[in-house]
Amino acid sequence: MTVAEFGLGERLGELRRTFQSGTTRSLAWRKAQLQALLNLVRDNEEQIFQVVHEDLGKHPVEAFRDESPLPLAFFPATAELLPEPLGVVLIFSCWNFPISLALEPLIGAISAGNAALIKPSEMAPACSSFLARVIPRYLDNKAIKVIEGGPETGAKLLEEKWDKIFFTGSPRVGRIIMSAAAKHLTPVTLELGGKCPVILDTRLSSSELEVAIKRIAWGKWGLCNGQSCVGVDYILVEEKFAPTLIDLLKKSIDQFYGRKAKDFKDLTRIVNRHHFERLHNLIKDPAVSDSIVHGGQVDKERMFIEPTILLDPPLEAEIMTEEIFGPFLPIITLKNIEESIEFVSSRPKPLVLYAFTKDETLKRLVLSRTSSGSVTFNDIAVQFMSDDLPFGGIGQSGLGKYHGKFSFEAFTHEKAVLRRNFIFDLESRYPPWSDFKLNFIRLLYKYDYFGIILLFLGLKG
Amino acid sequence: MDISLIHINIMPYHASSLPLVKLVNNGKVCAPRIRNLLGDREASITPKQTHPTSLRFSWRISSSFSSSATESRPIMEDEMKKMERFDSDSAASLLKELRGTFASGKTKSYEWRVQQLKNMIKMIDDNERAIMEALQQDLAKPRFESFVSEISLTKAACNHALKELKHWMKPEKAKTAITTFPSSAEIVSEPFGIVLIISAWNYPFLLSLDPVVGAIAAGNSVVLKPSEISPATSSLLAKLLEDYLDSSAVRVVEGAVAETTALLEQKWDKILYTGNGKVGRIVMAAAAKHLTPVILELGGKSPVVVDSNVNLKVSARRIAAGKWGCNNGQACIAPDYIITTKAYAPTLIDGLKNILEEFFGKDPLESKDLSRIVNSNHFSRLAKLLDEDKVSGKIVHGGQRDETRLMIAPTILLDVPEDSLIMNEEIFGPLLPIITVDKVEDSFDIIKSRSKPLAAYLFTSSKKLEKEFVENISAGGMLINDTVVHLTNPSLPFGGVGESGIGSYHGKFSFDAFSHKKAVLYRSLYGDAPVRYPPYTPGKLRILRAILDGSIIGAILALIGFGKKKLE
Repeated sequence: MTVAEFGLGERLGELRRTFQSGTTRSLAWRKAQLQALLNLVRDNEEQIFQVVHEDLGKHPVEAFRDESPLPLAFFPATAELLPEPLGVVLIFSCWNFPISLALEPLIGAISAGNAALIKPSEMAPACSSFLARVIPRYLDNKAIKVIEGGPETGAKLLEEKWDKIFFTGSPRVGRIIMSAAAKHLTPVTLELGGKCPVILDTRLSSSELEVAIKRIAWGKWGLCNGQSCVGVDYILVEEKFAPTLIDLLKKSIDQFYGRKAKDFKDLTRIVNRHHFERLHNLIKDPAVSDSIVHGGQVDKERMFIEPTILLDPPLEAEIMTEEIFGPFLPIITLKNIEESIEFVSSRPKPLVLYAFTKDETLKRLVLSRTSSGSVTFNDIAVQFMSDDLPFGGIGQSGLGKYHGKFSFEAFTHEKAVLRRNFIFDLESRYPPWSDFKLNFIRLLYKYDYFGIILLFLGLKG
Repeated sequence: MDISLIHINIMPYHASSLPLVKLVNNGKVCAPRIRNLLGDREASITPKQTHPTSLRFSWRISSSFSSSATESRPIMEDEMKKMERFDSDSAASLLKELRGTFASGKTKSYEWRVQQLKNMIKMIDDNERAIMEALQQDLAKPRFESFVSEISLTKAACNHALKELKHWMKPEKAKTAITTFPSSAEIVSEPFGIVLIISAWNYPFLLSLDPVVGAIAAGNSVVLKPSEISPATSSLLAKLLEDYLDSSAVRVVEGAVAETTALLEQKWDKILYTGNGKVGRIVMAAAAKHLTPVILELGGKSPVVVDSNVNLKVSARRIAAGKWGCNNGQACIAPDYIITTKAYAPTLIDGLKNILEEFFGKDPLESKDLSRIVNSNHFSRLAKLLDEDKVSGKIVHGGQRDETRLMIAPTILLDVPEDSLIMNEEIFGPLLPIITVDKVEDSFDIIKSRSKPLAAYLFTSSKKLEKEFVENISAGGMLINDTVVHLTNPSLPFGGVGESGIGSYHGKFSFDAFSHKKAVLYRSLYGDAPVRYPPYTPGKLRILRAILDGSIIGAILALIGFGKKKLE
């Protein structure tokens, strides 16, 4: 469907009219839409598995875990800070979690009472057309629409004025989105990526180490085979521990996928030819391919890449300067683990920093000396499931946050409302001003600045 | 000698710079005049008050004259060192220095933040007179207004931050989900890094330091770029901040478009800009290159709806105080226009006229309590609004102006057409159009058909109208039965929506505006349920479905093997 077929101008007009009519503001509407969304996911579970599988070859368990957004009902209202919907919002979702990255922000947009247009990623076409097909069947079509299309559609959409743009994707496109948004002063939430490091402090018991490494392996290959913005990008570990680490990682791979990982249906394939080639190129550099200590096999036909471990690839190689977003796991060795702080803080701020440690000093250093969207100690990716924690990046890894009540806030303008009556007014608030008034006020200020300001403005009796 | 490069056109107006203004009028520039000019300049502007445009001016001259001309003026030479042109390279090296400071972790400590805030209070106390004088020079701002709306509010922001800082800095505990049990979670506020604050000329002191307070409280390094349109305050800020605050972390860069452009080319961790939508767009587009989050404090046409059932005297006073008592309309939240009923308009106009006489006397142009228009550009902009054919006949009160002193009297206009200039740009001056409607509710459509304002005001005794207004009108902030004072409430965020801005600050919101909220999750390394790991089986799917559905009972059922069918 092209933008012209979609009749963008007309549809946008309809969204705007719906929003103006106030329909989307009512609590009843929001609840009904959220319930409908829930029904959509439940009724179409099989189909969701199918389309996700078609696009990414994801296993149903993975799909269910990652792709089923949870509803929320969060409608705070205080007399003084009134949350109001922003208006008509645009949601660009991403292909790696094609259903949840479209529906999660939509939940926020609906909860906050907005009208929304969703553009799913064209790189997961089955999921995109699934959304375009079922959303109109379940949700209020006057207020929530889906448009399918590629970059040209995206560009056309960006020419329009939106009240909020929510984007999940790469920093490169993130910049384009924000520049376009600037023309209309549209606020943006950008969910980008980055190289999420794991700091592995090996001062742990052997059973703890086993759990840690299993979690790391899962955080790399179990999350869409590395194609996840919160997935592990690389590991920082002390030199002397590297051989053990490699052994344990191999063990996990065997346990998860068996010896012939390539054949396994539990592994997600690479999303498309373009990304397959990109990943393949990363290991074509001889200096990089020499550093492979496990895996490295690729199946060009079916676009699978084996879980692959690299030991100390050159730091200036692309695999260490770009987000990997695939099943390669570089291990970078350090003399001692404290050097990891400097290593991480001298690079662009990651979306998540993972640290496996029980050492309080190292924890403190991680928290105070590095910056990242979030920090998780001793596990991978689980912070994504906590609705009470904001999810979002900083610097290169993004701008703005969502999840749970933060999703609600991302699509809300907190309107400050102050109410006054006509009763109390202090004369000295008004001109003409005299030295007497000035001194009077000055004297009062000495005691309680805010109290006096309030008094002075007649807000306080 | 390429003197034509001199940027005299942005030379701000003020009485003591008359020789410079004269030079502009003459058009041509020649050596003897410049010699005179240097003399005049030295005499008229003390070294303390040098402002960026004049600095650049003499730098240009120094580069094209023999050194003997300047050698005889030691003060000039000293100044010239300072005024090397601030370009992209200087901006980059400034940032490098500040990054070094930030990386050292110094600004993150509670003690550093407190010390800087205390120093700022001392700075304000020690220099109250100088601050008032600078504001007098830039805007003829009455001392009283300066004291209340610039000095006191800034100090109040410092004190509020000092009082609350410890509490603000504490990590916020967060609940954790059953899926991640056992774990604990918190949200840690961490400084963004190096922030750029570009402030405006109308409240040049408050709008510069109020965000700086937030940035320091949150533990950032700061570069402040005050507005060149209020040069006396700009150079005072440059001097004071250097004297009182830690200059390895807090800096002032003075200048105009060229300097701002050089600053915006750099990678900042956060930018706060106060000003207009046009520049706001430029700032945001520049920020997009580096994915820098922005706060844009813009303006817009803030409407005042006046119902006919109000206390006339109090309402008129509060409107007049908000309009003309705040920098003579040159405030971003000043009432821009009034909407009232046809029937009530004459009464309201009478009320406003009376109060205006009470406030500013019979001849407001002579009042010491009225700010002047900031410069001749803005004066002619406002004059143009008034002189438009379809508008000039609509004046019902005021209209007097004095171009030489840049004064415009409080002016009320009745029923100007919707398509007039005055109804289509932010007025930002002492002109107050009144639009009339049949029923007061009709005002909603007028407001909703325009872009979202920074503030919306309503005067009414009707609870019903109040409720509808609050629910239906979108604006940055909203105030019922008064104007402007919501700005002073630190428990309310201050900021716009849509055309009136992005993001907010004040009080705790300032701290939050300059803090990254880092989610931190602590997990233990006890073993995991195998459900989490591949190979995946149908049983695992059931358990996971139950857990993620948030149904604990379902999870238990699934774990012990029940729930053969889909769990609801």
